[in-house]
Amino acid sequence: MLNNIIPAFVVGGLICILGQLLMDLTKANVTPAHVLVTFVTGGVVLGALGLYEPLVKFGGAGATVPLSGFGYALAKGAIEGAESNGLIGAFSGGIEATAVGIASALFFGYLVAVVFNPKG
Amino acid sequence: MNNKKAGNQTVVFQSPPVILSKYNIVGPKEGQGPLKDSFDVILKDTYDGEKSWEKTEAKMLETAMRGAVSKANVPLDAVDYILAGDLLNQIISSNFAARQIGLPFIGLYGACSTMALSTALGAMLVDGGYASKVLCSASSHHDTAERQYRLPTEQGNQRAMYAQWTVTGAGSIMLSDTGVGPKVTSATIGRVIDFGETDANNMGAAMAPAVADTILNHFRDLNRPPDYYDLVATGDLGMIGLQLAIEILKRSNLNITNDFTDCGVMIYSPSQDTHAGGSGCGCSAAVLTGNILDRMLSGNLKRVLLVGSGCLHSPASSLQGESMPAIGHAVSIEVSKAV
Amino acid sequence: MPNDNIRPPTINLTKEDYNNIKQVISPKPKVIKNLIFAFLVGGFICSLGQMIINFYMIYLDLPKMKAQTAGTATLIFIGALLTGLGVYDEIVKIGGAGGIVPVTGFANSMVSPALEFKREGNVFGVGGKLFTIAGPILLYGIFSSIVVGIIYLISS
Repeated sequence: MLNNIIPAFVVGGLICILGQLLMDLTKANVTPAHVLVTFVTGGVVLGALGLYEPLVKFGGAGATVPLSGFGYALAKGAIEGAESNGLIGAFSGGIEATAVGIASALFFGYLVAVVFNPKG
Repeated sequence: MNNKKAGNQTVVFQSPPVILSKYNIVGPKEGQGPLKDSFDVILKDTYDGEKSWEKTEAKMLETAMRGAVSKANVPLDAVDYILAGDLLNQIISSNFAARQIGLPFIGLYGACSTMALSTALGAMLVDGGYASKVLCSASSHHDTAERQYRLPTEQGNQRAMYAQWTVTGAGSIMLSDTGVGPKVTSATIGRVIDFGETDANNMGAAMAPAVADTILNHFRDLNRPPDYYDLVATGDLGMIGLQLAIEILKRSNLNITNDFTDCGVMIYSPSQDTHAGGSGCGCSAAVLTGNILDRMLSGNLKRVLLVGSGCLHSPASSLQGESMPAIGHAVSIEVSKAV
Repeated sequence: MPNDNIRPPTINLTKEDYNNIKQVISPKPKVIKNLIFAFLVGGFICSLGQMIINFYMIYLDLPKMKAQTAGTATLIFIGALLTGLGVYDEIVKIGGAGGIVPVTGFANSMVSPALEFKREGNVFGVGGKLFTIAGPILLYGIFSSIVVGIIYLISS
């Protein structure tokens, strides 16, 4: 089981390098938000084209932890939903697949925001 | 009516108002910097016991104003006007500070040039005979500015090397038609100048042309030689903006030979990792009321030109892709030869 | 000059001249250093995620899919907590994209505005601001997934 950690490290690190290049080499008004939106949408597209699957097979968490992995999950979910439920499944599939991620972000995000104070 | 105007943009005061007193208050980061001995109050943290940073900033500005009044040894109601401004929407720090003090209030927005702007206008009021005593103040707070102009303070981000750090500080001076002290001898009101900088993190580059333009007009309007001032200090151009301004002035044939520096460069040391230096209304306010006036009072500096620099954009205009117009306002402060 | 005003700027400079000067004087980001740290920090967070997933599979006997979703939720919790503690922005300062791109960075981008604006109340402050950045991410992500689903239906 432990031999999947190094591929995770390498693949994850490389995907982040891509993000860093985007941040450093583009015009100054590319913020973290823009980078995140690009990665999610990129993950959806690559996932839909089947190009993200090999990354996931080899890199495991190295491909699923970055936000492109979230996009990949969305695409996979939408396709599976469309397969089993037609048009309705195309709509619901993505959200269903990523429901736990969205719900936990909301849940923990709210709790932490209420308990802590910004330090500046 | 005597016309006190000189050249295109400058006024020369016939009875130069005296800077009767000064007071400042800064945050912990500024209090660890190279100018720490020139601050009247250094806060232990950025909240100072308040529930929000906005409340803290208003309290700081009020403290600076009351401090200047008490140092001048005059009763509060001897002051005719408060002139103040800050960076926040609707200049709430100044509004709430003025509410607490209760004197007639003129709110100003010059972005980071507000200290120079309020001093220039205050001097016009006093020299024009419209007031006998005026408080000129400005403030900024790193965290209130960050959440309004840029990103939430806890959000991960890599700041550019040319980005500046908004100063947490407030400063106030009392201008008077009587008394002893350094005098405000002239003021040059700047024009809004825009050379097309669109990067909201590169304020130094946005402001340098406007500041250089004001400096050039000041020297030409008054026909002063480039070595007239012991110190020319810009407000918050930062390291990059200062280099740019020096270069622009060189190309316009003005080489300032004596000390030419920037309050944003003076207020932090490189080890504090602010990247290009300090910014914000509080920057020039704290450095003027601290280091610069201290050196004038001790005889170290006789003639100073303070050139406030302001970047006149808004978060909305930047998001809409607009470039950043900027402005520079200059006030000359001199110790008279008799002193 | 973009201005048509009364008196052009007094300084002897065109916009082009100024762009050239800016190019020379403005400091550039230390790209190589940033890339190295992005790799290290991003790689570390992803391998941490893998270790967590492994833990859930080995010690809690969760099947692979469930372990992955639990792992994602755990990382989100960690990102949110570190943001609340004021630590996550320091991580991103060093690691850049290595801190922004993993799902912990997503958690940070949700929590930090909510934290910042809590002074403005629970509805408009915390509630409204939780989605300042998460909103666009969810919008574009979900929207494009729906498009993908529809295209899949049409093409099959």
